[in-house]
Amino acid sequence: MDSIVLIKQVPDTTEVQLDPKTGNLIREGLKSIINPDDAHALEAALTLKDRFGGKVTALSMGPMQAIDVITEALGMGADAGVLLTDRAFAGADTWATSFTLARAIQQVGSWDLVFCGRQAIDGDTAQIGPQVADWLGIPQAAYVFAIESVNPKHITVKRRLEDGYERLQCRLPALITVIGEMNTPRFPRVDRLLAGCREKAPIRVFNAADIGVKTREVGLEGSLTHVIKTFAPKFKREGKILEGGKESVVRELIQRLKASEGATACRAFASACEL
Amino acid sequence: MIVWVEKDLCDGCRRCLKACPYGAIEIKEGKAEILDRCTACGACLEVCKAKAIFSDAEPKKIPDFSDHTGVWVFAEQRNGRLNRVCLELLGKARELGEALDQEVCAVLLGSRVSDLSQTLIRYGADKVYLVQHKALTHYRTIPYADAVEALVKIHKPNIFLLGASHLGRDLAPRISRRVGCGLTADCTELSIDPEEKILLQTRPAFGGNVMATIANRYSRPQMATVRPGVMVAVPTPDKKGAVVRHPFQITESRIGVKVLETVREKKTGSDLAEAKVIVAGGRGVGDAQGFQILRELADVMGGEVAGTRVAVEEGWIPPENQVGQTGKSVRPEIYIACGVSGAIQHRAGMMHSRYIIAVNKDPRAPIFQVADWGIVGDLHEIVPEMIRQLQASSG
Repeated sequence: MDSIVLIKQVPDTTEVQLDPKTGNLIREGLKSIINPDDAHALEAALTLKDRFGGKVTALSMGPMQAIDVITEALGMGADAGVLLTDRAFAGADTWATSFTLARAIQQVGSWDLVFCGRQAIDGDTAQIGPQVADWLGIPQAAYVFAIESVNPKHITVKRRLEDGYERLQCRLPALITVIGEMNTPRFPRVDRLLAGCREKAPIRVFNAADIGVKTREVGLEGSLTHVIKTFAPKFKREGKILEGGKESVVRELIQRLKASEGATACRAFASACEL
Repeated sequence: MIVWVEKDLCDGCRRCLKACPYGAIEIKEGKAEILDRCTACGACLEVCKAKAIFSDAEPKKIPDFSDHTGVWVFAEQRNGRLNRVCLELLGKARELGEALDQEVCAVLLGSRVSDLSQTLIRYGADKVYLVQHKALTHYRTIPYADAVEALVKIHKPNIFLLGASHLGRDLAPRISRRVGCGLTADCTELSIDPEEKILLQTRPAFGGNVMATIANRYSRPQMATVRPGVMVAVPTPDKKGAVVRHPFQITESRIGVKVLETVREKKTGSDLAEAKVIVAGGRGVGDAQGFQILRELADVMGGEVAGTRVAVEEGWIPPENQVGQTGKSVRPEIYIACGVSGAIQHRAGMMHSRYIIAVNKDPRAPIFQVADWGIVGDLHEIVPEMIRQLQASSG
């Protein structure tokens, strides 16, 4: 059972700070991490490998520094890594990204499963997995939180729905997107991490020519959507701090609520009206 | 070949060799030769002194899409029940359709779901494209993608909106890949650019820290998934519309996926997306016991209880009740944030509430910036007082 795991290096957005004056994101000093959902995807692939054997290849696209997440993947137990790096890949939307990743996956060789995280915390699109599956022409199971069984032809998984879950049998090869509920990613082993930093580490670095794509098909140029504006979120609110003792502030709040358009939403007011 | 060398002009100077980032040029018999590795990046064209290298690459043009018309909404249903988000999308689609003077269509897939067409019309659809087939009974990615792909290719819509539900986020990317159009995820605002007449798609990025407006100039339909609870459903009770049925064929061997079982889990929480009043707690609540009084306030007001990521991680409240970037996005009439500092991730999930009330000990807590009304004080005193006064007023 050979797997490819798509991992992305992302800024740790849970520690993001905003410039209090401009409201802009402060990018300096932001820590880079393996995208959390992707770490769960890697753990899922490694767990399968522990049980059934096979090879796990971690694949990432990004600037040269994204080699750090490949090294971390090797530290956790991946057998090999591939980094797609090329200035031509920069600025890609999900269309161009999924195309590039799918071409690279076809280049890596034989595999039964592609794992990826449900979504990345910097973009939150959840589009790459299904789009890659479609480029590859294979079925997908998204929002997976458990793998029940695997045989050479099928994988049976549980995938999360809004109000429960679904047990799905999926033909192989297939693509699985994983949610955090699935597992707890293991820590990298120091000896493996060190081996992953050596020159002979099993990491291949590919550019556009290596995966056989034209530069205009990838990156910003190959993208179909483009960001035309970014801005800090704005909030228009009354922003009134009510002052006074406990009883009086609560009374004032309730009066304001009663007088507002939101009053009908509140059961306590509705019954008052009926009386 | 996109890049080639005119051998007669080439003087074999090797400048292009050095300029090529991909090692895709060789000198053979004193002349440059482009190899298969060439990515057509054009780096060699600029450095060639002899002007011997040519490219047929033209700047990317915006194609003419005047044959694409109509604003489409995917009518998500499960077990014969429509997901509310598609009614919300119809409300938005009407507004977009009016701005463009184009019709609003719903796409309804399933088996024995034709009676839902009337609901879609009553919420704004001029036309319902209905595809019914046994293979479409339970949602599965490939048959749904096949059916929608066929419709899009036949009818060429201008705009296509899907809910950013689990189903929508599973399906939309596959449709976009098939049709060859761009897709914007999880939009919270949509509008038509008054000059260019294109769809402006605004969505949060970087965990809600930044809003980005995205345009899709190079492909059609302009496709987007939209957050549930952000747009507003607008009933159009007297509206008439047409139902257009489409045939569909598929074999099980193509699908590759079997749904073995669908398990509905009894919700420990509640349906936050539907709640009119939400009482939310954060770190300041202190413990699971503290959520008990929030629950009491919610009961008095006829609402539900929610929590921040911290409250979920501490185990004070189940994960289904988390509001924020990594939780749910909600839009109640009244949102009461108790002991919530108002981290941007949390705000991303509740900022569309009609009225926001904040109770927090720290007057500098960012939650006050997004609140309509704030009370600086200990929620453990304020909330019971609210319960007392509300109970008194409702007699």
